[in-house]
Amino acid sequence: MSLIVNGLEVPAPADARVSLLDHLREGMHLTGTKKGCNQGACGACTVLVDGERILSCLALAVQYDGRRITTIEGLADGDALHPLQAAFIEHDGFQCGYCTPGQICSAIGMVAEAKRGVPSHISPDLTAEVRLSREEIQERMSGNLCRCGAHNGIIDAIRGTVAAEVGA
Amino acid sequence: MTPFDYARATDRADALRQGAATNIAFLGGGTNLVDLMRERVASPARVIDVSLLPGAIEDSEGGGLMIGAAVRNTALAEHAAVRARYPMLSRAILAGASAQIRNMATVGGNLLQRTRCTYFYDVEGSRCNKRAPGSGCDARDGFNRIHAVLGASEACVATHPSDMCVALAALDAIVHVEGPGGARTLPFGELHRLPGDAPDRDTVLAPGELITAVELPPLPLAARSTYRKVRDRASYAFALVSVAAAVEMDGDRIADLRIAFGGVAHKPWRATRAEAALRGATASAQAFRDAAAAEFADARPLRDNGFKPALATRTLAAVLSELTTGEAA
Ligand SMILES: Cc1cc2nc3c(=O)[nH]c(=O)nc-3n(C[C@H](O)[C@H](O)[C@H](O)COP(=O)(O)OP(=O)(O)OC[C@H]3O[C@@H](n4cnc5c(N)ncnc54)[C@H](O)[C@@H]3O)c2cc1C
Ligand code: SF4
Ligand code: FES
Ligand code: FES
Repeated sequence: MSLIVNGLEVPAPADARVSLLDHLREGMHLTGTKKGCNQGACGACTVLVDGERILSCLALAVQYDGRRITTIEGLADGDALHPLQAAFIEHDGFQCGYCTPGQICSAIGMVAEAKRGVPSHISPDLTAEVRLSREEIQERMSGNLCRCGAHNGIIDAIRGTVAAEVGA
Repeated sequence: MTPFDYARATDRADALRQGAATNIAFLGGGTNLVDLMRERVASPARVIDVSLLPGAIEDSEGGGLMIGAAVRNTALAEHAAVRARYPMLSRAILAGASAQIRNMATVGGNLLQRTRCTYFYDVEGSRCNKRAPGSGCDARDGFNRIHAVLGASEACVATHPSDMCVALAALDAIVHVEGPGGARTLPFGELHRLPGDAPDRDTVLAPGELITAVELPPLPLAARSTYRKVRDRASYAFALVSVAAAVEMDGDRIADLRIAFGGVAHKPWRATRAEAALRGATASAQAFRDAAAAEFADARPLRDNGFKPALATRTLAAVLSELTTGEAA
């Protein structure tokens, strides 16, 4: 049994109780992914699985055997930051930085959803093409809390980069 | 968490075979079960992963849709036929949880998610008949803002937390299950129970019974339908009250309709009284409020949730005025 984390094949834990979050942080020492609430309520532990955003704290690592997992450590290209990482710095998209890895992974998954046409709770027309307005981004990112209140910078960073193509 | 074995079901027959053992739990996306195991509300000896069984959304023989139990909540909400023909279902799903959780959650798991009553999760500190039958109910005289006003019992006043299920109740969905006793179907309204004196049982399913699919009947009037959820913050919060409704008009008369409420009872609440009051009636704000009053005539509010009947009434009136006039209220 193995998981593919940022391109590297790693064995799944022997103990089925281990969450994907603990496996990443404690098993693999990939501490970029954060533990906020450990119960699905904050989004700090968001990672991408085959390109889809999920919460690693509510995921049993064994369930993700064979899947491709991308964490915040897997986004930069060597020393070159992912454009969204750079934009978070430019737009002050964080203060303490604790929620940031989850915000960035979540935003990448969010844009992929928008591009394939997934509507949101606030979309007036469920069948219309998705345009990511500020309000749409707010709603679609509501699963990622920021205790420092950096939301405006976060949204600016997302709008300026990954969401530009589907922006409004 | 208590140690457990994890096994992936290779197909449905394998899931059922493994499911016949005692103290097992089927695993969907794990968004509720992992939490329950971590809090030791659930301590299965074996967890059988059914989230990787083939799950598709297909046209059913009856002209509706057949939705596999392993279909993810996001996949159901974004499906073109669901958006066009059953918009209340897309809207109900999109109003629930967060995108990350909807990407993980399965249809089967959403149906069988357990209440969010905080005493139910507090194994060390609280009495709860649902978790430990006969121990008492700390919610009845405690913090019960999110609790039930309809159909509750002395033993338990919890609500069912799902948004998706409110739409499925209004849509007359059919639940397909298979277990040691064979395969059967249940009208959606018969899946979840009222608590009575056995609140530990949320549904009528027998141990080892697997939900295999949810079927939507063809329901042309559902094309004009919506879902409205009222909660303590604008997103990522459970419902205080919610309404799923579909309306078919004949001039200014309501030819037919479907209504279900969430957040008010131990199960998604199909509003048969309100429907009966409005079927054939002329659409008006007064008629909508009277219909809601009929539905909540037997409401028994608790210390903190006395606002629910009035809130449900206003929410229903707003939804029906939007659906009957085509304008948001
Ligand atoms: C922070 C947070 C906020 C949330 N907010 C909302 C909200 O606003 N609205 C809302 O509706 N929901 C909300 N949810 C709940 C979420 O929708 C459910 O947890 C989810 O739908 C459960 O699906 P799952 O596949 O992950 O189920 P699991 O956790 O895998 O399973 C849940 C139960 O179903 C059983 N089960 C799973 N599949 C089957 C099957 N095929 N047959 C028989 N039994 C099965 C399991 O044994 C378990 O008992 C929230 C959850 C969290 C953590
Ligand atoms: S309302 Fe039900 S779930 Fe909550 S404490 Fe009482 S018995 Fe338990
Ligand atoms: S740590 Fe996973 S959602 Fe908070
Ligand atoms: S930057 Fe501190 S929690 Fe978001």
